[in-house]
Amino acid sequence: MLNMQINGKMVKAVEGEYILNTIRREGIDIPVLCDHKALEPCGACRLCMVEISKPEWDGWTRHVTSCLYPAEEGLIINTHTPQVTEIRRTILDLYLARCPNSDVIQKMAGEYGIQKTSFETIPDGDNCIMCYACTRACEVLGKSAISAVQRGPDKAIAPPFDKEPPDCIGCLSCAHVCPTNVIEWNESNGTRTIWNKKFEMISCAKCGKTTTTREFAEYIIEKRDIPKEYFDICDDCKRTELAQKMGRLVDGAKEVAI
Amino acid sequence: MRIGTIDKLDKFRAKCERQFKAQKKKIIVCLGPGCLASGSDKILDEFKSVLKKKKIKGITVETVKKTGCHGFCACGPLVVIEPEGIFYAKVKKIHVKDIIEKTLLKGEIIEKLLYTDPHKKSKKYTDYRSIPFYKYQTRISLRNLGLIDPDEITDYIAAGGYAALAKALTKMKPQKIINEVSKSGLRGRGGGGFSTGRKWATCAKVDDEPRFVICNGDEGDPGAFMDRCIMEGDPHSILEGMIICAFAVGSHDGYIYVREEYPLAVVNLQRAIEAARELGLLGENILGTGFSYDIKIIRGAGAFVCGESSALMKSVAGEIGEPRAKYIRSVVKGVYDKPTVLNNVETFATVPVIIEKGSKWFASIGTEKSAGTKAFSLAGKVRNTGLIEVPMGMTLRDIIYKIGGGIEEDRQFKAVQTGGPSGGCLPEGKIDLPVDFDTLTKAGSMMGSGGMIVMDERTCMVELARYFLDFLVSESCGKCVPCREGLHQLLILCTKITRGKASENDLDLMEKLSKVIQVGSLCGLGQSGPNPFMSTVQYFRDEYLSHITDCKCPGRSCRALITYTINDKCNGCVACISVCPEKAITGEKKKLHVIDQDKCSQCGSCEVVCKYDAIDIT
Ligand SMILES: Cc1cc2nc3c(=O)[nH]c(=O)nc-3n(C[C@H](O)[C@H](O)[C@H](O)COP(=O)(O)O)c2cc1C
Ligand code: SF4
Ligand code: SF4
Ligand code: SF4
Ligand code: SF4
Ligand code: SF4
Ligand code: FES
Ligand code: FES
Repeated sequence: MLNMQINGKMVKAVEGEYILNTIRREGIDIPVLCDHKALEPCGACRLCMVEISKPEWDGWTRHVTSCLYPAEEGLIINTHTPQVTEIRRTILDLYLARCPNSDVIQKMAGEYGIQKTSFETIPDGDNCIMCYACTRACEVLGKSAISAVQRGPDKAIAPPFDKEPPDCIGCLSCAHVCPTNVIEWNESNGTRTIWNKKFEMISCAKCGKTTTTREFAEYIIEKRDIPKEYFDICDDCKRTELAQKMGRLVDGAKEVAI
Repeated sequence: MRIGTIDKLDKFRAKCERQFKAQKKKIIVCLGPGCLASGSDKILDEFKSVLKKKKIKGITVETVKKTGCHGFCACGPLVVIEPEGIFYAKVKKIHVKDIIEKTLLKGEIIEKLLYTDPHKKSKKYTDYRSIPFYKYQTRISLRNLGLIDPDEITDYIAAGGYAALAKALTKMKPQKIINEVSKSGLRGRGGGGFSTGRKWATCAKVDDEPRFVICNGDEGDPGAFMDRCIMEGDPHSILEGMIICAFAVGSHDGYIYVREEYPLAVVNLQRAIEAARELGLLGENILGTGFSYDIKIIRGAGAFVCGESSALMKSVAGEIGEPRAKYIRSVVKGVYDKPTVLNNVETFATVPVIIEKGSKWFASIGTEKSAGTKAFSLAGKVRNTGLIEVPMGMTLRDIIYKIGGGIEEDRQFKAVQTGGPSGGCLPEGKIDLPVDFDTLTKAGSMMGSGGMIVMDERTCMVELARYFLDFLVSESCGKCVPCREGLHQLLILCTKITRGKASENDLDLMEKLSKVIQVGSLCGLGQSGPNPFMSTVQYFRDEYLSHITDCKCPGRSCRALITYTINDKCNGCVACISVCPEKAITGEKKKLHVIDQDKCSQCGSCEVVCKYDAIDIT
């Protein structure tokens, strides 16, 4: 256990954790856009910045992203100094210029008192905030089917050569983690489309409902050493089956008891 | 041949020196990037082919030598005749015969090829060492440029090369080497100015293996070419510095990261690596001491940001070269998450001299907190553009006027930009500042890797800031928001000013935004990105305001804010009419012409062609 100070209060931190974690445990709310509990932090959105200092720094302070800064003994953290707030506000202002139509951004900016951006709205900006959640999710999965392309303000997320991504297995992980919901996908008539790639869905042998893409099922079966039949039946039917089994067991147990 | 012991190296050196000195007469042709661009390789070939045909006593094809950049690129192609040091500037292929017949055979000086003092038009210099451009320099990292053939390891050894390595390996303990480098006060020449000794010491202490020693040869700063010239012109000095470092920190593998645009640097470095390996100076069991270290060349991805340490290390490992925010320094967890020393080309090239001559000697040069010398690429509106090296602490004025020869066409000095694209501009009032890391930073600029661009009265500072911002926006990797969106907005606002469409509020917004970009960005590119704007607005606020409030561009360069008119010096020569792309000029022969302001697009073509000073820009 480490001892730190957050906004004047002594707190305990776990060795190896990032300070964002400690701050949250203390119930302090700081805005984040690129942090996601299932993913390694990457420090892209810069909203989680806090001011840090150490006793031996003689009053000298520094701004760091809390999602990436490891807890340290004696660290003094301030999460809402005027300067920190100013940084967050300006960053949200910049986001609003790029993604004026994003509900998520509008709401966050609103919380910092910004209704309208002070900057020039970027023409044809989409709602992607380049938080890398999608690419990180896909990478964790072991696929890396999509990646960031271009540089500077033209940076965007795209499949290789803007074609159907050959490595994509249509699992939707990227779409689910996207904080601004910009990744489009749809499902109809047993086909799922994402990144302009079409996937045939497999259906539950019991109820006929579509479950997942064949590519995803095969990938997971191979990768996780799961029985081949795993995806034959959908989760709902599996649960029902389990419940029935349990019911029989309980009934059986009752009989024994009597 | 492998040199298996230190003694053998000494004997080999004696042989190299004899060879080197035996060639008293030398015709040295500069094959640096500047001279090469104006055809110095053709001159070299011409010398060789003429000498092949002609039989002259004591002079053979071997008398002609190629070297790296001599620094005085503004005068290239250069040919120097040794031992006299006769300096011929702007040499053409047709001069070759003359040089051989007059200078070599008869000892005559060819006046028209000599360098003339721009201030005293009659003064000509024969010996290059007396030319002010060279006279005021002190060369450490550039010590061998212009003297040795980069392809001949024997030249390097004759010039004292690898003696420091021998000393380090046999007479010094790793800790002693680190102490020596620390005490010398050497600070990294790649931009940050971090103490090299401290970096090495930290790395050596990390309890993890293997360790890596990497040389940063990315040199992404547009216009800078110090590192390029060392890599091309004196590659062994870098290798020697790296091997000494590797021994000091206990590393056995290293890389030189060279930017894509420097193919000749790659060729010359590769050749140097092979030559050093063949002699047993690199690779397994160096000089029979049991120490092994080897170097691979990695070709950079051609992005400015790849010079940033964490991005470079990712790129070395074969990943996309994007900086990563890490609060653990790369000396502790660098390439492949292993302890890594990353230093700049110039830094490594300086190390052997420090080891050889000692930390005291080095610390005695320069200033107290910035020891030694610094190489700069001097560019812009000075007469003598090129590559220079001066002791730290020399004033900007001395660099610009003594070495640089003053401003072209004797115009008024306006500002000097130091530190590359993310550096800053210093005005006339700061021209007597000594050049060292801390003074430049305090004045709002920085040392950076050593770009130095001089500007005259006709430069618009707003446009200059806009130009650098534009560069930085397109070079930003785009990973983090303050840099990606912030610099872009800064550029939009700056452009608005140059068009006369901004308000004072916009200026305030820019200043506020700049501060957030500086603290909020993930890597050094974003953190220093607002510098071009911040430093120009600090010193040239009036100029910003005159764009904003009066819609005037004092530098007379922002198209939207200037007007072209024809004054009564016009004699009706008609030259302007034919070049005007907008057909905005009318007038009869021998009569005063007029410009239709509604049609004029301020392209400036008319001013260029008018020989009678009849076009006014206001
Ligand atoms: C955007 C950016 C670009 C950089 N480019 C270079 C470069 O081209 N060459 C270089 O030596 N250092 C460059 N640096 C500095 C390096 O990150 C690093 O500090 C340096 O190579 C360390 O060597 P030194 O201690 O010898 O200066 C750059 C830094 C940043 C932030
Ligand atoms: S749907 Fe495709 S791109 Fe998205 S996470 Fe899954 S594999 Fe990756
Ligand atoms: S698509 Fe969504 S998850 Fe991916 S970078 Fe953009 S905002 Fe983030
Ligand atoms: S500061 Fe700029 S270059 Fe550096 S990581 Fe952020 S976006 Fe990339
Ligand atoms: S500035 Fe260009 S467009 Fe205007 S009058 Fe001169 S040549 Fe024509
Ligand atoms: S070029 Fe100059 S002198 Fe000739 S017509 Fe044009 S303005 Fe007059
Ligand atoms: S959450 Fe830390 S930078 Fe985005
Ligand atoms: S290239 Fe010849 S002097 Fe620079």
